[in-house]
Amino acid sequence: MNTRTSQQEPMLLLEKVNKQFGGLQAINNVGFTVQPGCIKAVIGPNGAGKTTLFNLIAGNIPVSSGTIIFQGQEIRGKKSHEIARMGMSRTFQNIKLFHGMTALECVMVGRHTRSCAGFLAGMLSLPWTWQEERAIRSRSMELLEMLEIADLAGTEVSSLAFGQQRAVEMARALAAEPDLLLLDEPAAGLNIYETAEVARLITAIRDMGITVLLVEHDMSLVMDVSDEIVVLSFGSKVAEDIPANIQKNAEVIKIYLGEDETV
Amino acid sequence: MKTRKLLSLTALALLTAGLHLFTVLSGTQFYLTQLTMAAYYGLVVIGLGVMMGYAGQISIGHAGFFAIGGYLSAALTTNDLTPFLAPGLIRWLDRVGLLVHGQDIFGDPLMTVSPWAACLSAVTVTALIALLIGGPVLKLRGHYLAMATLGFGIIVYRIFLASPFFGEADGISEVPGFQLLPATGLLGPVIISGDAAHRVLNYYLAWGVLLLGMALLLNLIDSRAGRALRSLHSSEEAAEAFGIDTARCKVQVFVLSAIYAALAGSLLTHFNGGIGPGEASVMKSVRYVALVAVGGMTSLWGTLVMGVGLTFLSLRGVFGSYDDVVFGVILIAVMLFAPEGVLRGLFGRALQRFLPGRQT
Repeated sequence: MNTRTSQQEPMLLLEKVNKQFGGLQAINNVGFTVQPGCIKAVIGPNGAGKTTLFNLIAGNIPVSSGTIIFQGQEIRGKKSHEIARMGMSRTFQNIKLFHGMTALECVMVGRHTRSCAGFLAGMLSLPWTWQEERAIRSRSMELLEMLEIADLAGTEVSSLAFGQQRAVEMARALAAEPDLLLLDEPAAGLNIYETAEVARLITAIRDMGITVLLVEHDMSLVMDVSDEIVVLSFGSKVAEDIPANIQKNAEVIKIYLGEDETV
Repeated sequence: MKTRKLLSLTALALLTAGLHLFTVLSGTQFYLTQLTMAAYYGLVVIGLGVMMGYAGQISIGHAGFFAIGGYLSAALTTNDLTPFLAPGLIRWLDRVGLLVHGQDIFGDPLMTVSPWAACLSAVTVTALIALLIGGPVLKLRGHYLAMATLGFGIIVYRIFLASPFFGEADGISEVPGFQLLPATGLLGPVIISGDAAHRVLNYYLAWGVLLLGMALLLNLIDSRAGRALRSLHSSEEAAEAFGIDTARCKVQVFVLSAIYAALAGSLLTHFNGGIGPGEASVMKSVRYVALVAVGGMTSLWGTLVMGVGLTFLSLRGVFGSYDDVVFGVILIAVMLFAPEGVLRGLFGRALQRFLPGRQT
């Protein structure tokens, strides 16, 4: 793991971030910080711009204006893989596993940034790569064990059940030993027991020293695990506070239960 | 996994010897010539197989790379260099030992590049071309990538067809043999040549090259770089999120498969003693794609078996004048009925156990 940033310096800092898609203002002047070692959640109704925000932070799409600073470095102009190498890792809302690979191999890809054997070394199977390969394999296996899916290591990911696929995604993201982990709706499509399991896992991840930024619909999960919550609505930040205060925030209640939006 | 790889490679070596033995016993040694050629084409097909099946990037221009390798080797070892290069440069090249002095059919002095230097420069130039066009072209996806590589193939074909240096429609003949090792003691020279005296030697050389090429690719797909290639096949976004430079990965595998094609082109040209523009034609590129598809996109062993097998039948003239038709039909039929490849499609998982191209 990289040297931990000091308490004063935030893990992630967003300042006046804007994103337009044509005429649509998807993200409007959003700013917040994520302190190292905490769990921060971003919530908001459908279409609030949560996933867009994640894509901006992960470098998949460029910001229209504003700055995003990760570990003290601005990420503007950096490609997604470069940001990953700076110590960011993520899961996807719509699971994006690598088809044709086994669960173990998928997790092994997660260790890409933590290993270095290149193209030629791989082709020639140079002896020094064997040790690295063994290390990648055993660390990936440990993660599968931690997520209690070690028995599925040799199964092709496409034939896994939905919850198991989510677990493989989580293991893959952890394999990178990130400083910041982005979780995009980790409980989507999971039942109540699995969700409780995810809540325990997220707390465990924080206790491993990994900062977590979470986008989630499931209110109980968010209220349980988050240290701080940012509420988005129509691309703008409406509130940012600790869970207890968010629950009492009139603005937030209006967004979620407001007259117009009630179904 | 390691033992499985070794076992399957040993099986290939045994198959090589077995085929030789079969031709001896059945008095059909002349098959060895086509088996030799088929092995070189097999090299092209497995190189393309890694790029198409594992990295998910199609190329309908690989005959172009094969032809660049073959044509450069042929042109450099047959054309007289004197009019093309400054005398000083020629003297220097000669002193380094890169040139060969000979006589043309009229008895005039002929100064050509030695096969070693020609082959190395052919492969290097092909790799550079792949590197150069790979950057922009591989930004494209799906149909667009197919169109761009198809365009590349057509350009290469037309250049060889139009250029007098490359013999226009006649191609280049009289390409000398490629002496890998000089004669030592009781052993004769190790030479790539279509001469009947070297037939058995060349058969083992070609299959040896194929075996080596296969071993390297099998290593690759199980390595860190190989996993990176395979990951970008299903989701470039996810691959990037784990630190994989997908653009770079794609260019790397493109250059690698171009090198395989160029090396095959160069060696086969020395074996055949010549090359014609047909080798660069679009139909050849389509054929390579069909062979990868029929072998099963993500099964290197399937690709190798089907690639070498069907090419052998084609070279034996089994398909007659309908050669190209057969490969076109194969491509359509595979896509419709067995997109996983014929071997896996027909015999399913039982056979897959013995074809460990993809370790699961």
